[in-house]
Amino acid sequence: MTVIADQPTEPGPRPPAGSAVAAARPAPGPAADEGLARRLKALACTAPLHDLDNRKVMLAGEYGGYAMAEVGLAAIDLVTLAMDFDTGADRDTVLARLQPRVAAQAPGRPTTEHQRVGRWVLDSLINVGSVDRGFRAVYGTFDAEGAYVRRDYDFKLIEEVPGPDGGVYLRTTDEAVNVLVGALDTDVTSAQIAAEVKLEVLIRRGRLADAQLAAEQARYRTVQYAETLRRALEATRRNVRAVDWMRAIPDLIDEALDHIADRYRHENAILTNIRKARDEAEEPEHKRRAAELVDIVKDCIRRHTQLQTRLLEAGPLFRAEQDRQAFAAPGARSGIDLYGQLLAPVLRLPIEQAVRPTGAFFARGTGLRTPVSVRVADLVDLLLTPPVEREHLGAELPDPDLVATPDDSRFTEEQLEAALVLLDLPPDAPRRLSGLLAEARDQDADLPYLVALLAVHAASPPVGTAYRQGEERLLFAVDDGTPLHDREFGGADLIVGSALLDAVGMAADRKDAG
Amino acid sequence: MTTHHDTSWAPETEPAAPAPITPADVADAARLVSFGLQAKLLPARDAEYAELVRRHREDPPFARLADAVATGMGLVVLEVSPRAGMAVAAAEDSLFAVRMGDYSRRAASESTDRFLHGLAHLAVAAMAFPRPEDLADDGYLGRITVNGIDSFVRQACRRLEEQAAADGDNTDPQSDAPGLEAAWRVWARRTATGATKDARRLSGSTIGIVAKAVLFLVDSGFLQKVSDDAGGTYRTTARYQLQVRDLAGTAAMAELLDLGVVPVSDGTASLLPPDTGDDLVADAGLPFHSL
Repeated sequence: MTVIADQPTEPGPRPPAGSAVAAARPAPGPAADEGLARRLKALACTAPLHDLDNRKVMLAGEYGGYAMAEVGLAAIDLVTLAMDFDTGADRDTVLARLQPRVAAQAPGRPTTEHQRVGRWVLDSLINVGSVDRGFRAVYGTFDAEGAYVRRDYDFKLIEEVPGPDGGVYLRTTDEAVNVLVGALDTDVTSAQIAAEVKLEVLIRRGRLADAQLAAEQARYRTVQYAETLRRALEATRRNVRAVDWMRAIPDLIDEALDHIADRYRHENAILTNIRKARDEAEEPEHKRRAAELVDIVKDCIRRHTQLQTRLLEAGPLFRAEQDRQAFAAPGARSGIDLYGQLLAPVLRLPIEQAVRPTGAFFARGTGLRTPVSVRVADLVDLLLTPPVEREHLGAELPDPDLVATPDDSRFTEEQLEAALVLLDLPPDAPRRLSGLLAEARDQDADLPYLVALLAVHAASPPVGTAYRQGEERLLFAVDDGTPLHDREFGGADLIVGSALLDAVGMAADRKDAG
Repeated sequence: MTTHHDTSWAPETEPAAPAPITPADVADAARLVSFGLQAKLLPARDAEYAELVRRHREDPPFARLADAVATGMGLVVLEVSPRAGMAVAAAEDSLFAVRMGDYSRRAASESTDRFLHGLAHLAVAAMAFPRPEDLADDGYLGRITVNGIDSFVRQACRRLEEQAAADGDNTDPQSDAPGLEAAWRVWARRTATGATKDARRLSGSTIGIVAKAVLFLVDSGFLQKVSDDAGGTYRTTARYQLQVRDLAGTAAMAELLDLGVVPVSDGTASLLPPDTGDDLVADAGLPFHSL
């Protein structure tokens, strides 16, 4: 929704200068009055955020420790960044990403409370309780006759839109983006170029903190840019005949593609610059910021690519629609133009008048319903029929017939035990496989096979598994080139040993990596 | 109430031996009307219905009798044909008429909701028959989606908003005169959809309102579901075209004329007036036409 009062009005039918009404008027002119109205509306957009902190005392429980406005802004932030070309942000994803911030504000509180706070803030920003799911602020202006008029300003911060899969997704409105970054209702193109030039300069000077801020702002603009474009494309998709197919649209798409190519080049240049900054940076803080910047710019590039894909798809889509509609045979008679003669004029009417034609259409256009008539005899039967018992548990499952599988193991449990004892080597004294085999052969004729198998297995020790499971020791085998002389086995005389693993260190590593 | 069927047949030139009307004829005529009341039933699916429709077309006295039965019950006969069956509509204040208060409890008390529900029905019709020819062409089958209708109305609202902004009008309604708020704003400010606890459609949202209208029209035998795509995809039936063309459209138009709004049409579609000039979407960054 654009702020309507932004448009300058013609002075038009103003009272003659020097009249009593004009003299009593406090505002110097309509322009100043509109400026005030604009600022009042901007102020109103922030009200729901302030309201969050005011209303938290009304929640049942101890919620004083949460900075609700901060959570609210973070939520708007997350929705804006997660907004895609086709759909909005997924509600659960937004709530999940909001979680760490909420949890950090009150670390001692249970997770369920954190989740509740996240949901409450998001619902409040959507304003779930109201039927419009929006906000309304009242502001005053002077009309053309100089009379003071109170007006309602309706706006939304986060709106719910249908997704292609039938789900409900979130999108931030223009008002919300304005609240978030401020002064964004400028020309998107020029604003973006400015941000990028600024970014480049900042990176060259090594001021990464500022550069990151600029990059984030650039990304908001990219999102906003994609959003406006999405709307325009969606509209053109629905409305083929309104589009000048001969000249305008092909030109426009070409222009848009040039535009994106240009931006793409620019951002790739920035990316190269930051990568260099990241790799050369000595200070860990600088390194981290540079790495974050790389991610942001990468995301910008991704979004441009997405935009480009949509632009390329637009052409064939228009052609297909054109064909479909051009070959439809024109009708012989002429009917009512439902849109031009009914819908459009109705939408222009004030609501109290518009109800009449829509009511007439409803009364005549909904069809008929046959009234239900009940005989008393049927009613008695109906009322006395016992309710059908619901099957809650479903059909009974048949007991499965289990067949005992024959034990066809090559080795017994005792043999495995013996082999493991044999291979339980002290970490400082590895042994040759030949020695182990000889020892095994003394105990059991079959045991050498198992020992050999385990030793070969240890030649490629499962290091990854041991690391993940935090094991303290690991059996390994190494081939140093010595051939194995044995009457049953051939190959290399492996050195078999135990390696001690740093379980504590590994656990710490795992935590870092996670 | 008379219909064109009463007058369409030629006056009887042979006064001799008009077949007397028997109670069986009346029963058949009433039977035909009762078939007509089952809006989803088609003559193609029921041999008896098809036979009665054939008799209505070939036997003028029987046709007059059936029409008289319908009129007496408070019904308007729109057409009797093999494709639509006996298409009857409820006359004003008829026992069969649908009342807004029964349709939606909220709409009974809230005038904005009454408007939204009515507009949803109008929008369904406008999307189903986008061009005047579509409404006139008996062979035309309209195809609509629930989400499509909502975005269609929103687009129309956005257009009006842009127009108002371009004219420098302040469309924010006065707080003490909510009835003067422009109708398009009511739809635009209502949420399109919303998450609910039980994963159903939010009934007060515009998509919920459109979905209700569409489901109701399915029950009336006016729409048939095609798929679940885009919130539900439906196609129109012959009955819907008749109802909109012969009754609803003219009734709404009469109200508009009564309000002093005289929409003029030259018979061509005005749904998509060509954009000429420099009406580009503000701040779009790209010179796309605003639609």
